[in-house]
Amino acid sequence: METIAFLVVAAAFASGSVLPAVLPSARAARVAGSLSAAIGAAAAAVLGVAVLASGTPWTLAGPQALTPIGGPLLVLDTLGAVFLCVMGLTGVPAALYAIAYLRPADSHPRGRLTHTLLNGFLAGLCLVPAAGNVLTFLFGWELMAVTSYLLVVADPAADDAPAAGLWYAAMTHAGFLALLAACLILAGDGPLDFASMRGAASALSPAAAGSVFALGLFAFGSKAGLVPVHVWLPRAHPAAPSHVSALMSGAMVKLGVYGALRLFFDLLPAGPAWWGGVILAAGIVTALTGVLYSVAESHLKRLLAYSTIENVGLIFVGLGFAMLMRGYGYPDLAAIGVVVCLLHTINHAVYKTLLFLEAGAVVHATHATSLEAYGGLIRRMPQTAILCLIGALSLAALPPLNGFTSEWLTFQALVAGARHTVPELAIWLPLALAGVALVAGLAAVSAVRLFGITFLALPRTPAAETATEVPRSMLAAAALPALACLALGILPGPLVTRLAGVAGDFGLPIARLQDGLGIGLPLAGSRFVPMALALVLVGCAGIVALALRARLGAATVRVDAAWNCGRAVQSARTEYTAAAFAEPLKRVFVGFYRPTQQIKVEVHPVSPYFVQSIGYRTRVTPWMEPKLYGPILAAVRWTSLQARRLQTGSIHVYLALLPAALVFLLFVSRWIR
Amino acid sequence: MRLFAKIRKTGIRTEPLPPGPAACVSLAREIDAHARALFGRALAIRQVDAGSCNGCELEIAGLAGPVYDMERFGMHFVASPRHADLLLVTGPVTRNMAVPLRKTYDATPDPKLVVAVGDCARTCGVFAKSYAVVGPVGAIVPVDAYVDGCPPEPADILRGILAVLGRTGARRDR
Amino acid sequence: MIDAGVVTAQTLLLLLAAPAVAGYVRWLKARLQGRRGAGMLQPYFELRRTFAKHMVIADSASWIFHLAPFVLMAATVAAATLVPVVSAVQPADRLGDLFVLAALLMLGTVWLALGGLDPGTAFGGMGSSREMTVAALTEPTLAISVLALALATGSTSLGAIAGRVAATPAFALGPGHSLALAAFLIALLAETGRLPVDNPATHLELTMIHEAMILEYSGPYLGLILWASAVKMTLLLVLAANVFLPWGLATSLGPWAIAVGLAAIAAKLVVLGGLLALLETRLAKLRLFRVPELLAVSFTLALIAAASSFYTR
Repeated sequence: METIAFLVVAAAFASGSVLPAVLPSARAARVAGSLSAAIGAAAAAVLGVAVLASGTPWTLAGPQALTPIGGPLLVLDTLGAVFLCVMGLTGVPAALYAIAYLRPADSHPRGRLTHTLLNGFLAGLCLVPAAGNVLTFLFGWELMAVTSYLLVVADPAADDAPAAGLWYAAMTHAGFLALLAACLILAGDGPLDFASMRGAASALSPAAAGSVFALGLFAFGSKAGLVPVHVWLPRAHPAAPSHVSALMSGAMVKLGVYGALRLFFDLLPAGPAWWGGVILAAGIVTALTGVLYSVAESHLKRLLAYSTIENVGLIFVGLGFAMLMRGYGYPDLAAIGVVVCLLHTINHAVYKTLLFLEAGAVVHATHATSLEAYGGLIRRMPQTAILCLIGALSLAALPPLNGFTSEWLTFQALVAGARHTVPELAIWLPLALAGVALVAGLAAVSAVRLFGITFLALPRTPAAETATEVPRSMLAAAALPALACLALGILPGPLVTRLAGVAGDFGLPIARLQDGLGIGLPLAGSRFVPMALALVLVGCAGIVALALRARLGAATVRVDAAWNCGRAVQSARTEYTAAAFAEPLKRVFVGFYRPTQQIKVEVHPVSPYFVQSIGYRTRVTPWMEPKLYGPILAAVRWTSLQARRLQTGSIHVYLALLPAALVFLLFVSRWIR
Repeated sequence: MRLFAKIRKTGIRTEPLPPGPAACVSLAREIDAHARALFGRALAIRQVDAGSCNGCELEIAGLAGPVYDMERFGMHFVASPRHADLLLVTGPVTRNMAVPLRKTYDATPDPKLVVAVGDCARTCGVFAKSYAVVGPVGAIVPVDAYVDGCPPEPADILRGILAVLGRTGARRDR
Repeated sequence: MIDAGVVTAQTLLLLLAAPAVAGYVRWLKARLQGRRGAGMLQPYFELRRTFAKHMVIADSASWIFHLAPFVLMAATVAAATLVPVVSAVQPADRLGDLFVLAALLMLGTVWLALGGLDPGTAFGGMGSSREMTVAALTEPTLAISVLALALATGSTSLGAIAGRVAATPAFALGPGHSLALAAFLIALLAETGRLPVDNPATHLELTMIHEAMILEYSGPYLGLILWASAVKMTLLLVLAANVFLPWGLATSLGPWAIAVGLAAIAAKLVVLGGLLALLETRLAKLRLFRVPELLAVSFTLALIAAASSFYTR
């Protein structure tokens, strides 16, 4: 069964890469490429579900003598299967969406390349969770990076694409090098497949284990988007086409989480508890940074990118909590932490895909990217509005949608940790919980702003006035994650139970989190039944509506202009803008935002007392980047300038370099041993 | 704490409203019985200044204070005409306020009542021949009752509103 | 079956009593201002009149505007089911706990904010922006202050917390308890839009937070919103009374215990409502941009309370 699914995946991605190049018409190329991608992703999801259902890992080995460091080796255990399912669940809507979304690119000469790249990207995404040795893992990693880089810079519409691509390429390859170094240290002298590395890792010295931890955290943290190595995310995600952004936010950053889970829970033996503390703290800082910037951002897709950073922070909170509990010797709480991490991964993948697809629809319809250009789209694009509302309400972590379920479990895990462990954690974990609660509140602001400014009120620009609804296939593609949001929100139980089983495969106890129709933590004495809550909400609203139905008919309802204090005309100029909506929060957190202000006053040439115009501009730019990356980039530039000294032009110097490098490498390898 | 000592010393200062109809209150038309029954115990008032000199506004402001205390009759001021049941209009209607007054009236949901306060509201008062004045309140919106005076006392305004609600008698104009 | 009956009865009690609580606070404020004021049952007459009015809907409003009052009412009622009103034996503990309560209140606020943005008026957007800012800063405080008790008692379900605090009066002597109560009361003022955060009786739109969002609503929709707002205030007062000071809560479902529970909650509401009225009379409204400082104070108090929970273990 699994082998058949794998063959379908391979065939689909292969045909999807080749067909767009050979088919005669651009339309056929687009449809074939996207459909192949969708079929491949769906088959990958089926493969993952099959492994999860059976519980036994699936292996497929190619010729191992292919290269000095091994050959293709696929080992799909339950953890990999969960992430493979996420890849598939994100890939299917994105690929189906691309069928209609990429139609304007048909006439573009490089348009066909996009479909090949999409299939390559999905192939890389599906290869990484299934990899069984370092070669396959890094091959998939690099395939992902190269294809997504090309997709980011190939978009003809975005003018900041080249810069975004450069940041992305640089950071992802820095992560690649760190990952390579970590794998080499971990494997020592032995073969580079995960099974042997697992065994060799127990013989690592604490210093080596620490360096593997640091390198792995850097590599996977930068892929996932942890602060401060997140800077490529807000640049690359907005520049890519929307379905690619959905894949990057929904699937690719999750592979950073997968790598962290694989490295810290599977390959490396349990480390000191402060590792978990570091990750937990990094998660909280990331979440706060992400949500605060998403509240202040007016570019729609960059807002969603910052929201991805926020949610990645929350995922790492679960991961760090699990490692912390394992380090302190509470394996049952560690199991709950792993479940929380995996659950939020899945939930975020679902609603972030939905939101990016809807953002793509809005940008497609209005040809504008800033929130300030939208308004009133709920009348022009009604189905898009409903889908985006579901995504926004999930983003705000409101019951009974799925964003709230993982949030609730995070709270319960932190409460259980604070109550049932050592006193120092009883001080720190409530602080972490307060941070997560604050993030949840701010995420609600961001969601209201996102939906309210885009869809409600009156159109702010002619582009918004003339927007039309997107093609039905794009709506249908986005409806899949929307339904998943509702389903996962109302019935989280079975998924939570299966994820608890996955955590159990790591040697942690199997957490009992499902409680009848709801979920609950016996340790914290709590229970939450989303279905009952949904019934109460719907029932209440229904009863009230029934009671009032006589008063809501045409006889007692009159339509009139909106009350604007008696002004003659209602125009869009008096509406609240996105910047205005965020302004109170920007004032509250002014120490974090450090906005810059520019005031330009033009006076009449005759006298300075007659002011002709006053221009006011305020910007919020991430101050972390110049402060942190400025020195690093300056150091890199200085180093490369110094290295130019070697380019003397004299052949003697060049010849002397060869033995010098050889001697140096011999010393280094001797020292490592 | 000195504040609470002062509150205790001052006590309740509400004066009883003189009973019976006021001479300056007159009903302009038949008041809907349904509206009367609905607003008998709870009334939301939106005050509209259609260009008045603010003399009437000063008297109306006294209504919410301790001495005249309109809340004891179940009335209170609201900010939005959508929340309002009764529009309390003052001033001769100036050119600039004609459209806003009409829009305020249209924005108020039914059933609604209009009470015009002051001589200016009935006949434009001293501003009658001014170039800036469009006409009395009755020319812009249908008025249910007039309270004459320049300005009328708060007690008279209160009795005017109560007369519209049918809670005290009033002489009929027509 | 009995459980459903208990939950429904408590929720209905809260729903029906909420306007009376709001009326009591208003009556007391009037007396403190030296006037007679309307009777304590005045909000019922106002609600009856509001529901009987016709509605005027803005032509720029969409279905969000129509749906918002229903979602607000439903979310507030759902939150009301979770609060222990008369008895600590709370079948609703099996439905949700304090985090679900905070999230439901946020659900109502979010929909009200969307309803304020929908007609495209300037004041609606202003009210939504301010209300969401205040809510983002107070929801965590509400959750963390009750969390301080949850950590001490070992459960996050409200009925269980109330029962265990009642059974162990020594909890109330810890530093966490009073700090948490202070933080909760400040957050309550902000969440319900009372002075010094927001004046519920103001007519100056530029000073409004909650009222600005509902300027466009009329008739039954307005009635629903006003009632939900009264229920929210009563709910939070009952929570403060029964979770931080739970003595008098019924621990069984016998008639005598229930009568004592009813009398206890009535007495506590009288005291807390009186405190609210005194605070509103004594304090002036804070400038809007000073409100976050107050909220930061309450957040810090709640944090300290939660972090000091291990004292009571």
